[in-house]
Amino acid sequence: MKRRNFVNLFLGGSLLATVAAFLYPVVRYLLPAKQASAAQQKVTAAKVGELPPNSAKSFRFGSSVAVLVNTAEGQLVALSAVCTHLTCTVRFESDTATLFCPCHNGRFDLGGNVLSGPPPAPLETYRVEVAGEDIVVSRKS
Amino acid sequence: MAKTPGRAVFEFLDERFLLSDIITFGRKKMVPEHRQSFWYFFGGICLFLTGIQVATGLLLLLYYTPHVDFAHESVQFIMSQVKFGWLIRSVHSWTANILIGVIFVHMFSTFFLKAYRKPRELTWMTGFFLLVMFMAFGFSGYLLPWNELSYFATRVGTDIAGSLPLIGKWLKTVILGGPDVSQATLSRFFWFHVALLPLAALAFIGLHVLLVQTLGMSKPVGVREKREIPFFPDFLLKDAVGWTLILVLVGVLCVFLPWEVGPKADPFAPTPLGIKPEWYFTFMFTTLKIVPPHILGVEGEMLAILGFLAGGLLWLLVPFLDRRAARDERSPVFTWAGLAVALYIIVMTVLTYTVPKL
Repeated sequence: MKRRNFVNLFLGGSLLATVAAFLYPVVRYLLPAKQASAAQQKVTAAKVGELPPNSAKSFRFGSSVAVLVNTAEGQLVALSAVCTHLTCTVRFESDTATLFCPCHNGRFDLGGNVLSGPPPAPLETYRVEVAGEDIVVSRKS
Repeated sequence: MAKTPGRAVFEFLDERFLLSDIITFGRKKMVPEHRQSFWYFFGGICLFLTGIQVATGLLLLLYYTPHVDFAHESVQFIMSQVKFGWLIRSVHSWTANILIGVIFVHMFSTFFLKAYRKPRELTWMTGFFLLVMFMAFGFSGYLLPWNELSYFATRVGTDIAGSLPLIGKWLKTVILGGPDVSQATLSRFFWFHVALLPLAALAFIGLHVLLVQTLGMSKPVGVREKREIPFFPDFLLKDAVGWTLILVLVGVLCVFLPWEVGPKADPFAPTPLGIKPEWYFTFMFTTLKIVPPHILGVEGEMLAILGFLAGGLLWLLVPFLDRRAARDERSPVFTWAGLAVALYIIVMTVLTYTVPKL
C-alpha cells in the first residue's frame, strides 16, 4: 500500500470513528431506558356487589387495562381490554353483551372471541375468583 | 432635498443587508403566466401558513406544560384564562389543518401539471418529504393537549408503526419512549414537535425554495405561451391576495369554531365512541377498518400498511418513473393514476365522516 493511501485510510477511518463516537451516545440516549416490567399476576378488580348484573368495569392490570364483566346471569368474566387490532381500549355494550372497539369497529364476545371487524386475534381472558369481599383477577398462565 | 425618515432607514438597512440587490433580483425574476398559473399560488400560501404556525407555536410555548398531569390543564388555561389564548391556539390548530390541505392541493396540482419532470425531480422529492414532515407535525402536536381523542389516536398511530415487519416493535418503543403512551411519549412528542421537526422542516423548506428559485417555475407540458410577469411586485401582490383570503377564513373559523380542548385523557378508560384521527389520516384509518383480518394467511392490517408504504415510495419516485413527461411529452397513464389516488383519498375521507359504522 502506498504511503498516501495509508494516510488517507487512516485519516478517513479516524474521522468515521470520531463521528461514531459522537453518534453512539446520542443514539443510546434516544433509546428508552429499560424498565423493570414484571407482569402483575393478580389484582383486586372490584368489591363483591359493586357491579350490577349486565355491567362492566375497567381496571388497571399491570401496565395494561382489563375489563371485568358481570353478565346478566350474574357470572363474572375478566378479559384484557386492549383490542388485538391496534390496541384501543374496548368497551362493554350491555344491549348486545359484547365488547366493542370504537377505533375500527371490532367486536368480541365475552369469551374474548372475535365476532366481527378487523381484529386478528381474540382478547386474553383471565381467571376470576371471589376472595371474601374482593373480586380477584389473575392471569391463567 | 432632505431625506424622509423612511428613506433614511431604508438606506441604513440597504448598506448593511444589500436590500437593493434583493429587490433588483425580485424584479428580474419572472414568473410564467398562462391559463394554469393559478396553481403557482399554493406554494406561497404554504409558506405563509408555515410562518403563522411558527409565530403562534412560539406564543403557545409560553404557557404550555409538557407533563401528563398539567398538559391538559395548561391548554385549558390558555383557552380560558390567558388573554386571546383561545385565538392563538385556535389559529395554530386551524392553520395547521388548512396548511396540510393546501400542501395536498399544491402536491396534486404539481403532479397533474407534471412539474416534477426533469430537472425538478429534487423539488418534487423535497416537497414530498415536507408533506410527510407536516403530517408528523400534526400527529405529534395532536397528543400535546393530552385529551382522550389524541391519546387513543396516538396509541393507534404508533401501533401501526409497531406492526411493521422486523423493526416494528423496536420502532414503536423508540417512538413511545416505552411500551405504552405515557409521560415519556408526551416528552418525546413535545421535543419532536417543537425542536427536531422545525429544524428539519426549515432545512427542507430552504432547499425546496432554493430549488424553485434556481430552476424557476415549471410550465405545464404543451403550454407554449411566452408571457411572464415580474415576481416583485406583480406576482407577490397577487400572492398576498391569497394570503389575505386565507387569513380572513382562519379568523372566521377561530371566532365561530374555536378549537376544542376535549376531556382529559384517561389511559384506563374505554376508547370513546366515534373516535377518528385528524382528517388527513382518515383515508388510511378507514382502509384499516375495511381490510379483512387475514388475506392469504397474512394479517390484513400489515398488508394495508405495507401497501401504503409502497404507494408512498412510488409517489416519491414519480419523476423517475414518468419517462414521457421527462421528454416533455404528455403522460396520460400517470394523470389517470394520480386521479385514482386523489379519488381514493377523497372517497375514503368522505366515507369516514358519512358512514362511521363502515
